Amino acid sequence: MFSTLLQNLFNALQWGSFYSMIALGYCLVYGVLRLINFAHGDIFMMACYFAFFIASWFLGNLAGMPGPIIFGLTMILTMVATSGLGLFIERVAYRPLRKKGAHRLYVVITALMLGFILENGNLAVLGASSRRFPDMFGKIVFQFAGVSLTNYKIIVIVTAVLAFALLNLIVNSTKIGMAMRAVSYDKFAIPLMGIPLNRIITFTFILGSSLAAVAGILFGMSYPVLDPYMGMIIGWKAFIAAVVGGIGDIKGAFLGGFILGFIEIIVVAFFPSSYKDLIAFVILLVILSVKPTGFFGVAKSTKI
Amino acid sequence: MRKALLAVVAAALLLMPTVLFANGQSDEKVIKIGFNIPLTGDSPKVGEGTKFAAEIIKEQINGEGGLEVGGEKYMLDFIYVDNELKAESAVSAAYKLIEQDQVLAIVGPDTSSRAIPAGQVANDNRTPLISPWSTNPNTTLDRPFVFRACFLDPFQAPVAVKFADSEFGVEKAAIMYNLEDDYSKTLAGLFKDSWEAINGPGSVVAFESYGQKDQDFSVQLTKIAASDAELLYLPSFYNKVAMIVPQAKDLGWDKPVMGSDSWGSADLVKLSEGAVKGYYFTTHYAAAGAKGATKEFIDTYNAKYGYVPDDVGALSFDAVNIVLQAIQDAGLTGDLKADRVAIKDAMTAITSYPGITGNMTFTPEGDPIKDAVVVKVNDAGEFEFVANLQP
Repeated sequence: MFSTLLQNLFNALQWGSFYSMIALGYCLVYGVLRLINFAHGDIFMMACYFAFFIASWFLGNLAGMPGPIIFGLTMILTMVATSGLGLFIERVAYRPLRKKGAHRLYVVITALMLGFILENGNLAVLGASSRRFPDMFGKIVFQFAGVSLTNYKIIVIVTAVLAFALLNLIVNSTKIGMAMRAVSYDKFAIPLMGIPLNRIITFTFILGSSLAAVAGILFGMSYPVLDPYMGMIIGWKAFIAAVVGGIGDIKGAFLGGFILGFIEIIVVAFFPSSYKDLIAFVILLVILSVKPTGFFGVAKSTKI
Repeated sequence: MRKALLAVVAAALLLMPTVLFANGQSDEKVIKIGFNIPLTGDSPKVGEGTKFAAEIIKEQINGEGGLEVGGEKYMLDFIYVDNELKAESAVSAAYKLIEQDQVLAIVGPDTSSRAIPAGQVANDNRTPLISPWSTNPNTTLDRPFVFRACFLDPFQAPVAVKFADSEFGVEKAAIMYNLEDDYSKTLAGLFKDSWEAINGPGSVVAFESYGQKDQDFSVQLTKIAASDAELLYLPSFYNKVAMIVPQAKDLGWDKPVMGSDSWGSADLVKLSEGAVKGYYFTTHYAAAGAKGATKEFIDTYNAKYGYVPDDVGALSFDAVNIVLQAIQDAGLTGDLKADRVAIKDAMTAITSYPGITGNMTFTPEGDPIKDAVVVKVNDAGEFEFVANLQP
């Protein structure tokens, strides 16, 4: 009984890590732009596919290289590729709307449409058949006290925590982080202070997309069957997790992801799996109705 | 000039049906069989399997001068109509084959959602129809003119239980199924019933479900790994199997896993990266290690079309041959309506048919009584024949 509980604790930590990393991406963009980037789940999906192609290429052409090096190279290149995609979307879709002063609703709808474009574009180009994510290094299963842990699982959890710590450092203790917080505070006064608004927004998209890239690689390694719709549901759920945590606050998004992960795992442990979303979202709804700003959200606009 | 051209085209169009009709009439000794199959749409591969299998039969028999019925040789004429994997197209294809092409019998549709409505049309119009691959009970239910060449969905669960019982000799089983998929749910329930009938109530120690969109199965698998189950039954589609099995292994599951015919895709081994090697599943036929007529068919097909035929191809081969056998048994009078009924009666009367997917006889409902095949995913990733079983 105790070992099952402990095992589920690790299961929840792993599953929550993915929600957290994706939620952080939503949170960053929302914090700076007040834009719910609904395409983020599909940027995450694209990151999985980028990682798939990059890792496959390395494994095919640099055979004999130690796994961790391939993993590191894949990580860096995937971050670059995903950031490129994020920036491209920002440039062609969000920035023109922002320049014309379009209402936020139109930007959100644009984001939603972009998500569908990414999914169906992927479907059209790569076809409907699922793909298998390659193993970059051997999976090791550790057994202790009736609990099975893989090295993948540990890497996922540790990386999620490290990513959060790094992001926290950037946002709260660097100059550019300060600028991000300033943009969040007042988008119109900031350019008057000599802060290049577009450069800050670009940086925000790079950060958010890189996080999606990290999540994408680790997701591919942990759940290695890829399909074009894999990012949709997890993206939406991560968004809800970010709102429950208090959207705009990275601590909140990080925590919200783990809360959702834990609730889902606990529900499935005691009820049939069809109750998972039902019970999980009822709980989240209750949390929001008690504290509409989420755990860390504040009513003021000094978010991020 | 333009007018002259138009006149020629119009004349050609007018003449075309007469020419075609004349062609049909000129050679009196022709057996026409219709095929209602998906050649475009979501899964053209299914229709292709049926068509290629039929072509092999046609070429062989026509090469020998035709099919002998009552001392006379008849050439085979197969008419392939595309149903685009749509129910409404399958219905109109059935009407076209029955009324316009005046076929003696119809093979297909392959899949249940098309075979159920098209079977109604065939039955109402008193034309025998045999579906190679439709496993849903409703296809043939209360339809004397409709047959099938494969076993029904509920059939394979008891077979899996029987096999597991004799192969592994274990008493406690775990089941994991897709709650949103009727096929998976039905098989899981039937497996549970059969297992508990043999090993006593409570011998299914874990009965876990998941959703269609789920990607993480760790909680269910944690429960299963922590239970004292000695076997996991997984009636899931191959892409889910490829996700579930590696996760189960990560969580410490090292005992056997059994599956259903939905495992039988060439993608299974590729997507799971070999994690399914050494596991068993129940299906219609096994390509690796096949013998006799089955091997002959596989080799001919592979040589001609460049790949090993799947379930549909093999079942279609049997379906067409059963129709031809019935035609030979019934004889032909030349009266289309009487011949159709006679063929139906002859198909019902087939007591034993040695198909390449196993021996079969037909129940009055038009369903075959045949063996299921248990295959093992061997170390080379091929589906290797292990046993022929009946529940």
